Amino acid sequence: MPAIKETVEQVLDIDVDNYKYGWSTDLESERAPKGLSKDVIKFISNKKEEPEWMLEWRYDAYERFLTMKEPDWAKVSYPRMDLNDIYYYSAPKNTEGPESLDEIDPEILKTYEKLGIPLKEQEFLAGIKNNIAVDAVFDSVSVVTTFKDKLAEVGIIFCPISEAIKEHPDLVKKYISSVVPKSDNYYAALNSAVFTDGSFVYIPPNVRCPMELSTYFRINDVNTGQFERTLIIADKGSYVSYLEGCTAPKRDENQLHAAVVELVALEDAEIKYSTVQNWYPGNSEGIGGIYNFVTKRGDCRGDRSKISWTQVETGSAITWKYPSCILRGDGSSGEFYSIAISNAFQQIDSGTKMVHLGKNTKSKIISKGISAGKSSNAYRGLVSSHKKAENARNFTQCDSLLIGNNCSAHTVPYIESKNKSSIFEHEATTSKISDDQIFYCCQRGIGKEDAIALIVNGFCKEVLQKLPMEFAVEAQKLVGISLEGSVG
Amino acid sequence: MFEIKNLNASIQDKQILKDFNLKVNPGEVHAIMGPNGSGKSTLAHVCAGREEYEISSGSVRLDGVNLLDLEPEERAVRGLFLAFQYPVEIPGVASMTFLKSALSAHYKFNGKKELTIPEFMKLIKEKSNSLNISDDMIKRPLNVGFSGGEKKRNEVLQMTLLEPKICILDETDSGLDIDALRLVANGVNLLRSKERSFVVITHYQRLLDYIEPDFVHIMADGKIIETGDKNLALDLEKTGYNDYIEKDI
Repeated sequence: MPAIKETVEQVLDIDVDNYKYGWSTDLESERAPKGLSKDVIKFISNKKEEPEWMLEWRYDAYERFLTMKEPDWAKVSYPRMDLNDIYYYSAPKNTEGPESLDEIDPEILKTYEKLGIPLKEQEFLAGIKNNIAVDAVFDSVSVVTTFKDKLAEVGIIFCPISEAIKEHPDLVKKYISSVVPKSDNYYAALNSAVFTDGSFVYIPPNVRCPMELSTYFRINDVNTGQFERTLIIADKGSYVSYLEGCTAPKRDENQLHAAVVELVALEDAEIKYSTVQNWYPGNSEGIGGIYNFVTKRGDCRGDRSKISWTQVETGSAITWKYPSCILRGDGSSGEFYSIAISNAFQQIDSGTKMVHLGKNTKSKIISKGISAGKSSNAYRGLVSSHKKAENARNFTQCDSLLIGNNCSAHTVPYIESKNKSSIFEHEATTSKISDDQIFYCCQRGIGKEDAIALIVNGFCKEVLQKLPMEFAVEAQKLVGISLEGSVG
Repeated sequence: MFEIKNLNASIQDKQILKDFNLKVNPGEVHAIMGPNGSGKSTLAHVCAGREEYEISSGSVRLDGVNLLDLEPEERAVRGLFLAFQYPVEIPGVASMTFLKSALSAHYKFNGKKELTIPEFMKLIKEKSNSLNISDDMIKRPLNVGFSGGEKKRNEVLQMTLLEPKICILDETDSGLDIDALRLVANGVNLLRSKERSFVVITHYQRLLDYIEPDFVHIMADGKIIETGDKNLALDLEKTGYNDYIEKDI
């Protein structure tokens, strides 16, 4: 309940056009030449001191990418981006391989401090902040990963993926692109060719990760795309909870963010992946903002494994994102909990895929879409069961809430069952925050915007409850802030 | 003191309130009775700040401040409470959460320190007991699936917590059985004090058996056409509205 009060206060503090994380940090940066080419790919690979096989892998992805077309089936419209007008690599100078926090540019540390991302292990150890290990990715490089040593004691690997490629090549080779193939889609192919950094996590058998792991992505430089790649492997019987957060400065140009996230859960393993995506959404006129074209997929490879996606999507001008689960192992289960909020001119086309391959597999989808302003918000989902997927079970609940008269909500569910024993349920509702509800709240002394935050928080409570504690409070605030200015 | 002066209000070019006047001193209970369409509910909503109405002239003052210049939430925190005829359902928002938000807004305005969660829980428990409101009901989403009686009791609970100066009860008796009516009336009577006044809007005299008014007004065609004491309501019950309306014409 105090969170609501905070939401209220924050909303009051902020102007309509004010994106809280919209400032940028002035840093000297080192970039690759503008544009996309084999040379640029080689530049990136060299920068990361990658082995030859990785460069070949990237070239292969690039060749495939060149044969592909940008998809146009999503319910979003935008001027195509000129991929040759982007920097594919940008790194703050002097950040290569810092050994400790002391070696990091104080400006970067300040950036994260300002964003509320704790990077100082001492503070954790002193019990000041909650126990979370952070990998901080700034434009194209990971600037610091905290708690690496402590995690290593139990055999957990948590490091930038560029480091994993060098130090754990066998693991990377075995799993990278095993969930999202290089040519899976246009953006995934592009990412495979030019990805710069991201996190790598390996949890050894029967280890329960003792703390939340998180990656914090920040796009800072102008005209830069961020292409991160995250790979998480939970070995037999292990458990990990992983959080991801994102912000970017306010800029009038659209910026591209095309990430690939792959999760692999082996027998009896469980991965819980939470995202609070708050990229710059553009201003109230629809100028600027991040194009967020992301491929996220989890493979429940082992029997009885479990993957759970929870996302709170409030940012980005355009979102194209479908965190999915391949339920390969018998008795495996997948979950997708989503809150997608669109305001002003934002366009969201998001949802999930639950692909039932194994026997007795279960999946659950709870999607809450909230549209305000002149935005468009679409849920697109696929639930399928294959011939061998005896007793596949899915429950989908898909609710849309409209605020005002100029926004839209769309639901596009696909259900494909190839097995008679499948039971798939789909429930959907569309509702509108009524003037009566707002007036009722106001009559009790609650201001209009707070009333909306209250109602919307109630609407998406089921999903908010799925977030780890620290994130839930943050997300609740975000819900209020992103809808600010949505009523006249 | 609550005073409405020469209030004229219309909706979609149809004039509803016509030079309406009413003066309510602290501690007084005024009943407003009248036939359907006489403008009773409009009066309640205009006072509370519902947006759809066009107000061409007049004032609604609470302790000298013209409420018509203020937003609905500002009127609320200054002490105006409207008990709704049809309390609104808000799915997903627990009654408790709603009450806490509303109370916080009032405390903030009055510069009072916000209650801690345990203090708040204690207060709720205390206030809800007398209204026969269960813990379970407070945890449920606001008004969702509440019976008619539960909704109205919840309105009185809110009134009790927010401690307003002027309470407008808009047909609070509608849809209540006799036991529920007694509970609600009892809740209202507990709130009566020298400082607090009530405007009770109703169709039926029955409610006034339980909430005894100091004044009874008959409203027709957007204004008060007759004022008396509680006996007026009893007479009205026998004769119906027509006698008074015709007399007025």
